[in-house]
Amino acid sequence: MAEMDTSSGGGHKKGPGVKKPKKLSTRVDLTPMVDLGFLLITFFVFTTTMSKPTVMKMNEPKDEKVEDQMKVKESAVMTILLGKEDQIYYYMGTLTAEGASDQFKTSNFKDIRQIILDKKRSVPDGDKLKSDLMYIIKADKESKFKNIIDILDEMSINAVPPGHYAEVDMTDTEASLIKMTETANGIK
Amino acid sequence: MGRAKLPRKSTNIDMTAMCDVAFLLLSFFILATKQKPPEAVTVQAPTSVQSKAAPEKSILITLNKDGKCFLMLGDDTKKRDILKDINTTRGLGLSDAELAKLNKMPFIGMPLGQIKGILAINQAIPADKLDGIPIKDSANNELVDWVRSITNAYAGGSQKDLEEMILIKGDMEAKYPQFKNIKFALKKNDIYKFRIVTNSETVPPGSELYNKPKDQKTNF
Repeated sequence: MAEMDTSSGGGHKKGPGVKKPKKLSTRVDLTPMVDLGFLLITFFVFTTTMSKPTVMKMNEPKDEKVEDQMKVKESAVMTILLGKEDQIYYYMGTLTAEGASDQFKTSNFKDIRQIILDKKRSVPDGDKLKSDLMYIIKADKESKFKNIIDILDEMSINAVPPGHYAEVDMTDTEASLIKMTETANGIK
Repeated sequence: MGRAKLPRKSTNIDMTAMCDVAFLLLSFFILATKQKPPEAVTVQAPTSVQSKAAPEKSILITLNKDGKCFLMLGDDTKKRDILKDINTTRGLGLSDAELAKLNKMPFIGMPLGQIKGILAINQAIPADKLDGIPIKDSANNELVDWVRSITNAYAGGSQKDLEEMILIKGDMEAKYPQFKNIKFALKKNDIYKFRIVTNSETVPPGSELYNKPKDQKTNF
């Protein structure tokens, strides 16, 4: 290809020893260009489809007076408490002073789905209690935004109908029970 | 011996056609990609199984991981009205020129008292340098005022349209009380329905929702 012409002379020589200048092909190797093209395509394909935000509907109850609040049967209630470090605590029914340590259970986001489902299935379909089935979600002040979204998402994953779960403020007893459990489990 | 000699063929393939196709697709995707508006506040949204797409025009309340609250008014037709309204109701004393400047800002993320000072600085301040809209507790919650101005500006339209526009985008690591204070600000202004921005996630196989018929899935 690139050779230096070392022969002396003016370059007008004609004869058998003189090389003709090589005709260079006009073809260019397009492989790298194709590579680049497809690389950019993959980039654009991923950026277009991956970044589509979705929305989650949220219905908040109006702040009602205490006497207007819905009464639900104790046996159909499950209270889910969200603590720090993605911990979940739950209990069925109402907390009693003497039985609190047995009722109060610890869980996490992996296992809670089954527990929610078990609770839902524990009430037979024809039962009157079915309409009373209620999940009460209470978030601790140390819990994260992600936790509350995740637990609401668990409700939709388990097809708990709207109106059968609600977000309520935590009571002081529950907050102190969480604190106690956290220290016992070594969660800082 | 006796074997016919196959003519040696070049292994080079003509790439021109392939190159054409590649760049045709490339130009298609470049043009089809909708330019996302640059996000002033970076937030890592949590994931959910919900599949409804976010509306284009929105009033976005963003909560970043430090618990700072920012407001982005995406509806340009009403933005001016909202700003005018808060200027009069809260007596901020902003001139028309200052209002126009505020209107140009991509987001609002400062206490009401600081607005005048920040507009005077005359340069964009990154979100992490701002204090955010105060949402400390129910007594000290300026978001209530902002939401009131928003509802005033949209007073003529239907409540449902407004509810569809209100989005809350929170960072995964944001703490719950701040989220509660944002909810408080909305509820104070009689907005009980709103939307939360999430990234979509596939429904876990075998779950109740997964087994539901398709047409019922979006109806919860």
